[in-house]
Amino acid sequence: MTQFSRHSKLIQFSFFVAVFLILSFTIEPSENNLLWRLPAYLAGVPAIVNDSVEYMMFDWMPIEKYNEEIEDFEETPLLKEITRSISGAILFCIQLIREILLGGVKTIVAFTSWDYVQDNSWAHWPALPWTVVSAAAIVLGYALNGIWLAMLACFATIYIAVFGQWEPAMETLSFVMVAAPLSVLLGLIFGVLAYKSQTLEAILAPLLNIAQTMPHFSYLVPVTVFFGLGDHAGAIATVIFATPPMIRLTLLGLKSVSPEVIEAGIMNGCNKYQLLFRVLIPSERHQILIGVNQVIMQCLAMAVIASFIGAKGLGFNLLLALNQLRIGQALELGICIVLIAVVLDKLSLGWANKQIDYFADLTFAQRHKYPLILVAILVVGTVLAYLGTFIFKDGINYFYLIPHNQGITTENFWQSGVDWMVNNWYQGLQGFNKGLIINVLVPMKNAYLGMPVSATFFLVMGLGYIVGGARSALIVGGFLLFIAMTEWWDRALITAYMTTFGVIVSVIIGMVVGSLCAQNSLATKAILLVCDTFQTFPSFIYLIPVIMLFGVTDTSVLIAVIVYATIPSTRYTVEGLRNVPRTLQDAGTMSGVNRMQRLVTIELPLAFPHIVLGINQTVVFALFMVIIGAMIGTDDLGQLILKALSDKNGTGNGLMLGLCVAFIGLAVDHLILRWSADRKKALGLL
Amino acid sequence: MRKFKNKLVAGIFALILTAMAGQAMAKDSSKPIRIPTHNWSSQVVMAYVIGGIFESLGNNVEYVPADSQAVYEAIRNGDVTISHEVWQSTFGKSFYNAMAKGGLIDAGTHSASTLEELGVPHYVVEKNLCPGLPNWEALKNCAEVFATADSGGKGRILEGPQSWHGDLMPNRIKALGLGDKFVVKFAGSADAIWAELAAAKKEGRGIITFNWTPNFTDADGFDFIEFPPYQDGCRIADGGDGSCGSPKGWLKKAANYKFPKTHPAAYSAFSKLSFTTAQIGQMAALVDTEKLSHQDAAKKWLADNEAVWMAFTK
Repeated sequence: MTQFSRHSKLIQFSFFVAVFLILSFTIEPSENNLLWRLPAYLAGVPAIVNDSVEYMMFDWMPIEKYNEEIEDFEETPLLKEITRSISGAILFCIQLIREILLGGVKTIVAFTSWDYVQDNSWAHWPALPWTVVSAAAIVLGYALNGIWLAMLACFATIYIAVFGQWEPAMETLSFVMVAAPLSVLLGLIFGVLAYKSQTLEAILAPLLNIAQTMPHFSYLVPVTVFFGLGDHAGAIATVIFATPPMIRLTLLGLKSVSPEVIEAGIMNGCNKYQLLFRVLIPSERHQILIGVNQVIMQCLAMAVIASFIGAKGLGFNLLLALNQLRIGQALELGICIVLIAVVLDKLSLGWANKQIDYFADLTFAQRHKYPLILVAILVVGTVLAYLGTFIFKDGINYFYLIPHNQGITTENFWQSGVDWMVNNWYQGLQGFNKGLIINVLVPMKNAYLGMPVSATFFLVMGLGYIVGGARSALIVGGFLLFIAMTEWWDRALITAYMTTFGVIVSVIIGMVVGSLCAQNSLATKAILLVCDTFQTFPSFIYLIPVIMLFGVTDTSVLIAVIVYATIPSTRYTVEGLRNVPRTLQDAGTMSGVNRMQRLVTIELPLAFPHIVLGINQTVVFALFMVIIGAMIGTDDLGQLILKALSDKNGTGNGLMLGLCVAFIGLAVDHLILRWSADRKKALGLL
Repeated sequence: MRKFKNKLVAGIFALILTAMAGQAMAKDSSKPIRIPTHNWSSQVVMAYVIGGIFESLGNNVEYVPADSQAVYEAIRNGDVTISHEVWQSTFGKSFYNAMAKGGLIDAGTHSASTLEELGVPHYVVEKNLCPGLPNWEALKNCAEVFATADSGGKGRILEGPQSWHGDLMPNRIKALGLGDKFVVKFAGSADAIWAELAAAKKEGRGIITFNWTPNFTDADGFDFIEFPPYQDGCRIADGGDGSCGSPKGWLKKAANYKFPKTHPAAYSAFSKLSFTTAQIGQMAALVDTEKLSHQDAAKKWLADNEAVWMAFTK
């Protein structure tokens, strides 16, 4: 072994490739050949998972409970009662915010009863007029971050109102305003606990890895089984999706607080809690902020998926519009989602960056300027809405709520744009589509499916060995072994083929575009804005035009994948290049390199470890999109995950399939992180 | 005296009877009836139509967006009260699965008969792209009309997601001896089928897709392929060779088992409720062709068809 590891990495790699090729060509493809495909030892697991979930939810520890609807006692399992109470609490919060924004009766019902509300017509909570919400958002924007944020908030709210999307937007907002704080809170709690306890950190680490790489489709079914269908289920699925990055960033932040700061805190006589809240958390504010930013982005990225399990709002309307192929309408809805994301993000950033001025000597009016303005806005808005009832006679009060069919729309414009695209580009793209499918995609897919399982193991574990020694080889081998022992190995190979193709193209595009944009600070800002936009812009919208141009084919899926997965590779390239130490750049310039040489020989190699982290993210993004590609039509793991939504064994199948996808991601993740860390050390960047 | 006693007994009996009748006609609970909305127009409009009927009976109604396959599990658990469009071949399996587990009841059938089958847009027949259609035997001679880049020279048949009817179509194509001329591609969602249909129409090219009626595509004309007629036991799952076409299917309604007890009046209306193909088509057309919003379409339909729906509430 020592003999072997002394050879250079290249020779090792060639050796593994050679063995891989020999194995590939010599092993007989037959179902009974262990070297070709492993038997599905784990095929029974989904049913077991399913049965245990069913047992826990519907039979375990039944309690007697009086049901007033059917006026009888009925047996109901304990766990179901517990999860339903959680659902109820979350739903109550969502309803409360929603009714403050849009009006309604459910909050009153929660304290009285439906009968009471029916008998008392006054028991109806009025909505905040849209003018009040908009003005409040503008004032808040101004208070937190000045005139620019105020203008952004103004544009966003007026856009939403004018395009008649006020109601769905507020519905989405109400569930985000519950899911996002909950995620931040849970993230902080778990992050702090993991910081305190090594054991918890060790337990959390793999769970976080899985949660971040598992496609969200796969836990929709379990969430509905445990928590039911509705806004609360959407919120819970969103929390599962949005919390992991928050935990990670909190932990990262706490760990990076320098010991001097902690000692200073202790010397000043802080107790445990003061140390945490007055010293640790304030000094790692920056990481927490990035966490909050990520949570908000994740929450809005889930807006559409959450509507699969009952979340009302923009996401649901978007799916409905797409089903009628009304792309223009879907686009307007998508822009609303992006606008809400951007405004919330900037508001939370502004709020967190606001420094409290402890020394200012202010009068009551000065100190409470903004709350007073908000009260004034509320009064003025309400009066305006009341006057509106006299001005608008046709039953629609434009000063109160603009119903969603009364706004203006640019639908026809976008629609004709799509029509134009299809009419003019279709013919030209057919040649490209055909060529790509026949010459690249089909051969590549067949090559992946033609790999014997033993050869795949040899190659991947070999790569693991080169990168991180025997330990890495065993880790990635373990991930593969799990997938190989399910009955979905072939499906996983198809997922792997599409992901590989998507990642290669995305990385090339991302690195080229990123390198170009990083040369100029304005272009850097612009491209980062584009990245943010596309990250929250619901990918479902571009699925439809893509299908119209490329049909239900792998090309369509891959184009969607590339659009989405190019985001992280671009972002990390830009960040990596911009963060190359100024001194090194200057040193290069003084040694007489030109701009191009500096980029290729100094900046790119130095930025490469960071870019590799981007590639890691690209893999995760590509996997996600390949799975969503099942909505177009694929024959990989994604199709089965989609199918699990209606399966008898949906819970078990969904989770197992999700794990398969997660393990593909984690195997790649392990290799890349390991390599990048070694490389950074070698370059002296750590 | 004896007579009086008899009268008294009769009177008490009558009182008990009316009391019992009163019990049976108990007032509906004021808790809202939760109606699911899925992602196609006729279903959403009908949800608002049924909601409107319930509201006219004094019930509270709430609409819950839900996945059309996951909804049956939700009805079973009581998270959703009813489902009003249970298509036989697409949702039959989920429906019966949930019913077997308990908690979901069959609330009757619409009079609309449905057909869920492979077919071609009307222009394919009109332009005679494949002479002999809609008879299936015509397919033997024009696979290339329906070929696509990834079909390897064979004709491509675009089937719905695999969750809808598993391998039914691939098996049928094989059983009919078309296996070496056609491949079946599973689309990922109904949207994907509509997008392909729209693109194919723009280009005027031949396309075979899975589709159903009543549907909004009826307006543009869609011809279902006439496969060998369906008989009991002709499918592979029932022991046949699987070569037969789809049966004229039912469109059922489902409800949570508590619904008849909690909302007897609403349940009675819901179980009587039955729409025809034409009525469902009208509802979809109000949205798809007249571009009304779903709520407005439902309001308009209820106003225009009062005689139809009032009968259900009697």
